Amino acid sequence: MGATITIENAVKRYGNDTIINGLSLEVKPGEFFTLLGPSGCGKTTLLRMIIGFNSIEGGTFCINDRVINDIPTNKRNIGMVFQNYAVFPHMSVFDNVAFGLKNRKIPKEEIRERVEKILKVVKIDHLKDRMPAKLSGGQQQRVALARAIVIEPEVLLMDEPLSNLDAKLRVEMRNAIKRIQQQFGITTVYVTHDQEEALAVSDRIAVMNNGVIQQIDAPSRVYQRPANQFVSNFIGLSNFLKAEVRMAGGQTCLAFQDEPSYTPPMYNLRQDAADGMEVLAAIRPEEFEILAQGQPGIPAVVQSSVFLGASTHYFLKLSSGQEVEAIQNADVWEIIPDGTQVSLAVKPQKINVFTPDGSQALVVREELL
Amino acid sequence: MRYAGEKRFNIWTVLTLILLALFLLFVVYPIGMLLTKSLFTGGELDLSYFVKFFTKKYYWSTLVNSFKVTVASTAVAVLIGLPMAYLLRSIKIPFSGLLNILIVISYLSPPFIGAYSWIQLLGRNGFITRIINAVFHVELEGIYGFAGIVLVFSLQSFPLIYMYVSGALKNLDNSLNEAAESLGCNAFQRVTKVIFPLVMPSLLAGMLLVFMRVFSDFGTPMIIGEGYKTFPVMLYTQFMGEVGTNDGFAATMCIIVIIIALMFFFLQKFLGRRFTYSMTALKPMESRQATGWRKVAAYAVVYLITFVAALPQLTVIVTSFIGTINGSLFTGEFTLDNYRNIFAKGNTTAITNTYLFGLEAIVVVVICGILISYLSVRRRSPLTSVLDVLTMFPYIIPGSVLGISLLCAFNGPPFMLGGTVLILIVSLSIRRMPYTIRSSTAIIGQISPSIEEAAISLGASQVKTFLQITIPMMLPGVLSGAVMSWITLISELSSSVILYTSGTMTLTVAIYSEVIRSNFGNAAAYSTILTLTSILSLLIFFKVSGSKDLSV
Repeated sequence: MGATITIENAVKRYGNDTIINGLSLEVKPGEFFTLLGPSGCGKTTLLRMIIGFNSIEGGTFCINDRVINDIPTNKRNIGMVFQNYAVFPHMSVFDNVAFGLKNRKIPKEEIRERVEKILKVVKIDHLKDRMPAKLSGGQQQRVALARAIVIEPEVLLMDEPLSNLDAKLRVEMRNAIKRIQQQFGITTVYVTHDQEEALAVSDRIAVMNNGVIQQIDAPSRVYQRPANQFVSNFIGLSNFLKAEVRMAGGQTCLAFQDEPSYTPPMYNLRQDAADGMEVLAAIRPEEFEILAQGQPGIPAVVQSSVFLGASTHYFLKLSSGQEVEAIQNADVWEIIPDGTQVSLAVKPQKINVFTPDGSQALVVREELL
Repeated sequence: MRYAGEKRFNIWTVLTLILLALFLLFVVYPIGMLLTKSLFTGGELDLSYFVKFFTKKYYWSTLVNSFKVTVASTAVAVLIGLPMAYLLRSIKIPFSGLLNILIVISYLSPPFIGAYSWIQLLGRNGFITRIINAVFHVELEGIYGFAGIVLVFSLQSFPLIYMYVSGALKNLDNSLNEAAESLGCNAFQRVTKVIFPLVMPSLLAGMLLVFMRVFSDFGTPMIIGEGYKTFPVMLYTQFMGEVGTNDGFAATMCIIVIIIALMFFFLQKFLGRRFTYSMTALKPMESRQATGWRKVAAYAVVYLITFVAALPQLTVIVTSFIGTINGSLFTGEFTLDNYRNIFAKGNTTAITNTYLFGLEAIVVVVICGILISYLSVRRRSPLTSVLDVLTMFPYIIPGSVLGISLLCAFNGPPFMLGGTVLILIVSLSIRRMPYTIRSSTAIIGQISPSIEEAAISLGASQVKTFLQITIPMMLPGVLSGAVMSWITLISELSSSVILYTSGTMTLTVAIYSEVIRSNFGNAAAYSTILTLTSILSLLIFFKVSGSKDLSV
């Protein structure tokens, strides 16, 4: 079974620049844990601190209560899969995968057995004697994955392993990675900037920005209940509308600045969201309902639309001039022509509400499951 | 960069310090000795040597002569090399692969062999001179002095221009040409407005290399210059001459030439930084089939120039099989006497020395080259940067200066190395190492660090990773530089001629002294052995690496 990774108050500095300042997190045994964030947010830096390619300027890194700060990388027993595969070009597939086992002075016969077994798992056993130059990108990444797993590491690290593959292979490989990770139950830390990839493979996601963890949660929670404006904008797409909290007849409502008369009732706002408080409503495109003009909602004009088969994306303009995006499912038959005046209603149980600076969620997080 | 758990003082620091110490001892210390000798007499600052040089026309005129020869040769080399590169890239010419090899070989053979071959052809008693004199009833004196030097140098150096421009043209994407055409440029405008400006940086780089090479060459003006003395010749005679040698004055001349060489080196660096375009061609320019008079003209120019360039090598090989009277006058009869001479005398030391020293030096070059390039790319630190600069120094300064500086430093206590094999190998290695360092540095820059990190994450130690992963991956690049180092090693003259003693004579020194003694038959036989070794090395390299390009 996989190991626990505990990071406490990690600090990373390059010269006078502090990249990470006091970051803590815990990865559970066997968990598929993803570090997600825009480029330069420190996710790869953190990963390289775990494996030991980056020095650690502060804090403690533990694997199963063993502090690894000062253990050399080659003694840490951590497997790693790199963005550019990093397959040894002068060794055959077999020798690539056997490399780590040879370093561990494992008997030849056992090496052969273990390599052949793992090659079957990643489904490239027929390519055993090929040289890497004769392999496709996807096959090379399978070699890299086999090579990292065959040493039975306590922890597996993956640094954007799919970003060099084309779109179709990426989906295929990410399913393979997920399947193999579950089969072996290795604690895995996965770095990516691709939110769809993160949502698809992870048990939990840590969203990072500027070296700070914004939220750690299950994929669905990160998407549905983002902790702040950054997360709600980075994962998926959100329209941000200014609004005000209203108490009307014992019921908490939201009054949108564009149309103060439209006041959908809110049942999940925090206690401290007082009457008259200014807030920022984050509404995903699919959380809008496009209604006929005159129905309760925010008035808007259709600017343009894109038909995508399963859904249709509308680009609309509010009376304030703000542009928003809305999605309508294909069960609506007709495409609304450009220039049509419509009314945009929101789905109150789904939308998120933040403080005006976007730093805090004002919605109570219903604890599902 | 330091990895986790790595000590500040590790094997890489130790290696850096050892290499640094070697270069301090064999490069910095000798140059320091030169400086002391030229600037101080009896412990006091004394600029009289500099005053002497710049006030006596006999001395400073050699500097002027050198500049004249260098500018003229560089210009002619460009005039030949530029059209050659363009023609061979743009027009389909049969046997272009062979032409390419012939051009490269004419560049790689030592210039002074060219000088002596041209004397065989166009000298006072030269083959061609005699024909002309007989046919036209004239009394041509043959080609010596300024014209002779320029002839030899330009034919020897245009291949460098050719290789640089040809490389740039290869990286020029044809779509640039097509874009210009679609925007209304005719063929002539395309060459002047698109191709030429893009090739310009490479041309400049090539020109400056030619300039430095010609400026510092000593053998050619010595042999074909007769009364026309250039700076390196003056330097050699001041240091090695039989009468009135003056170490202090020679040291001063060395310092002057080092300053000039450094100026050109920095000029090249400066221009190189300002005018570089990074280009990689997805679809390189294709050579097309020419028709009509263009075809005839192109073929004629390319074949003629290649023939003339290869002529010295051909002459040497042919004359090596022709008998002589007293070694100097060729009889015209085919015989193996020359080879019998050089082998029968039992005096094959020059040949064995060349291979032996060459092999020993190339081992040093490859080991140091790999280590230095690895340290300066992967273990960058102030120390490795210093090391990087120091290794380039012997490449910039003329070989005779390097030889003189080594002799100055090691011909007396505390280091008695004068006349030893060691000092010759040291000079050969540090002088020819830059080729290997540069090509190794280039290839290590292309190897992703994550491949080495992968090995470490799989449990390999850093030394093991270096030996099992980094070095095997570097080998192709190391090899292409090492073959350059090797071929230039065995044809090195300017420093060997200063450092050799009778026991450590090499082929080039043997050829040189046979030529000076007018033993042309023996010289031709020695040269043929050297030339064939170079050709063979080159062909083996092309075969092994599968490429047709050499890193120059």
